[in-house]
Amino acid sequence: MTTKTEYTLHPDIVSFIETCLQKEHSESYLMDILHKIQDKYGYLSEEHMYEVAQRLQVPASTVSGVSTFYHFFRLQPRGKYAISVCMGTACFVKGADKVLNAFQTELGIGLGETTKDGMFSLENTRCLGVCGLAPVVTINEQVYSRVTLQQVSELINRILNKDVEKTT
Amino acid sequence: MKTIQLTIDNLPISVPEKTTIMEAAQTIGIHIPRLCYHPDLSVEGACRICVVEVEGARTFQTSCSTEVQAGMNIRTNSPEIRQARRDLIELILDNHPRECQTCERDGQCELQNLAYSLGVRERLFEGKRKQFPIENSSLSVVRDSEKCILCHRCIRVCSEIQGVHNLSQMHRGVKNVVAPAFEAPLKDSVCINCGQCINVCPTAAFLEQRSTDEVWQALADPGKHVIAQIAPSIRAAIGEGFGLAPGTPATLQTVTALRRLGFDTVFDTNFGADLTVVEEAHEFIGRLEKNENLPLLTSCSPGWIKYLEHFFPELIPHASSCSSPMTMLSVLLKTYYAEIKSLDPKDIYVVGIMPCTAKKFEIQRPEHRTAGGLPYTDAVLTTRELIWMIKAYGIDFTKLSEEDFDSPLGFSSGAADIFGATGGVMEAALRTVVEKLTGESLKNLNFTQVRNAEGLKEASLKVAGKTLNVAVANGLTNARAILEKVKSGEKQYHLIELMACPGGCIGGGGQPYPPAGRHILDKEIHKLRAQALYTIDQKKQVRKSHDNPYIKELYEKYLSHPGSEKARHLLHTKYFPRNPRGVK
Repeated sequence: MTTKTEYTLHPDIVSFIETCLQKEHSESYLMDILHKIQDKYGYLSEEHMYEVAQRLQVPASTVSGVSTFYHFFRLQPRGKYAISVCMGTACFVKGADKVLNAFQTELGIGLGETTKDGMFSLENTRCLGVCGLAPVVTINEQVYSRVTLQQVSELINRILNKDVEKTT
Repeated sequence: MKTIQLTIDNLPISVPEKTTIMEAAQTIGIHIPRLCYHPDLSVEGACRICVVEVEGARTFQTSCSTEVQAGMNIRTNSPEIRQARRDLIELILDNHPRECQTCERDGQCELQNLAYSLGVRERLFEGKRKQFPIENSSLSVVRDSEKCILCHRCIRVCSEIQGVHNLSQMHRGVKNVVAPAFEAPLKDSVCINCGQCINVCPTAAFLEQRSTDEVWQALADPGKHVIAQIAPSIRAAIGEGFGLAPGTPATLQTVTALRRLGFDTVFDTNFGADLTVVEEAHEFIGRLEKNENLPLLTSCSPGWIKYLEHFFPELIPHASSCSSPMTMLSVLLKTYYAEIKSLDPKDIYVVGIMPCTAKKFEIQRPEHRTAGGLPYTDAVLTTRELIWMIKAYGIDFTKLSEEDFDSPLGFSSGAADIFGATGGVMEAALRTVVEKLTGESLKNLNFTQVRNAEGLKEASLKVAGKTLNVAVANGLTNARAILEKVKSGEKQYHLIELMACPGGCIGGGGQPYPPAGRHILDKEIHKLRAQALYTIDQKKQVRKSHDNPYIKELYEKYLSHPGSEKARHLLHTKYFPRNPRGVK
């Protein structure tokens, strides 16, 4: 747990929390505040959630409970390459769950997590509307269609190699 | 109030409106089985065990959360209802470790008892069970989420009674788990170690950090001089562990039991309590004269002290600097007593028998260590742990003779006995403070106006031309209410007694689980335990701490006078703001 006493939330969010505090049932704005933080920073860090608890005067255990209850909230920063596996009906029927498992094994992370080096994060998504290409995986903006289990490690290696080329 | 007529199990009854079906059934002697329900906590309706059949209703209704309505026809025990309850228990067991025989709550587990009384005789469902590691970071409390049935009593007691809000449910579905914020280890959370989660837990998802192994080991070590000290509230509750009626005092049987277990010496934490009163009274009168840092906040309860450090660090200067009675006595054992007996403090092993899990934390505070870095108190056993040790040894407690405490640190005044009940520290302090301020002998020693607080009690006394405003709070939600008033300056208080646990130490997180037919935190049991202490006090010759002849001797021979440099060095302590900060 954080023991930092320095607060780092962006002034816009701080002033939003202050507006919430003027309202009746200010604690009910917790979700709004968490959404704003995720919009700004891409995820909810413990430090930020602790700060929200202090500023909004809602127990940190409540903030933590809410943030882990809703799938939409990310608790780790997205990786440089955000892998998203479509779990819509068509993709699922075509084996998206197995593809997702293959990514988990290959990267050694679970759903919603990010690799330690910050390169990859793994999420699932609902139907992307290109069911003809099932199963579909997106990595950042790029769409990959009819992904097979064999392609999973290839995809990762290709990205790693490209990344090295770009940075050297 | 309107009366509602209804029928339960073919018996026509009338109850006041707003009564729940569960409460209504209770009035005709029907105890509907329940698991997540607790009378002192909000209604959760999570476990569904208390379902009943309401004629005309589409589904079974939870009797804990459904209020009676006129003309209701209720069956609490149809075959369908009994089957539903059995099914529910079977489903809970399906996700529960199969280790009853080796579980610490074997025989005292509400889930086990329900499975028995509802007739669950097989474990029908075999499936994947939830898996969580045991959370063992805290010095006081151990959390085993595999045994958790998600009744949320712990969450409710932590927030509603203690105002600590340390626990909440994290994640959902099969991953749902009760934990502190960010699933931090308890040691890094705002947990105040009070142990009320252990008390209310129906299973063994929360237990105290066990110290019996190390105590057995010390008892078996011929090189150790093992000393026990027992807290005031132990004598009022320990008998319950051996089938004695709540409120049966068992002071001297406990002394005998400890000697049989192999303790070399048995002293009384009460002596520390008398010393605390004398030191604290001196501190209080000093502050009163200078009019600084008032109100004085008492400091005996380590749960309350940690709450202060997390939640009200700005009020730390108000807290009495006196160490707790247990720590004061332990310090004397490794200094004064070691000198008298020519013992090396390193060979002395001090065991505090406490109603409290937070004491296990207190003894490890760096402030409570000898110059050589040793803790003054080596181990703390809860009342429950001592009861277990006595049973494990095979001692028949109810047949024990009565033996006296050892001398000189085993003698105490009646003021010390009542420390165990809410208002007791206040009353003990007032007996000394009032005599010191007026210079006259008190005619009536019973300050009944501060006794039996159900959470919060205030009183004003005229003493030597001054009005003293005092308050007593037990349960930290009540403590918070009074501290907010202190901060706002709404009322000028002079002295406030604060105890973390409901009812004071007699309701501590280490006290015996309730006997059959009673629930934990039962106010009636607390009253009986308190009454036991007041009776002991009433019967004592010496009822004022400053009149304890051995306290006088201690000052003459060793400490010189209350508040002396030596006393300050040995018997007083410091507190520090703690992170994470609590949200009130």
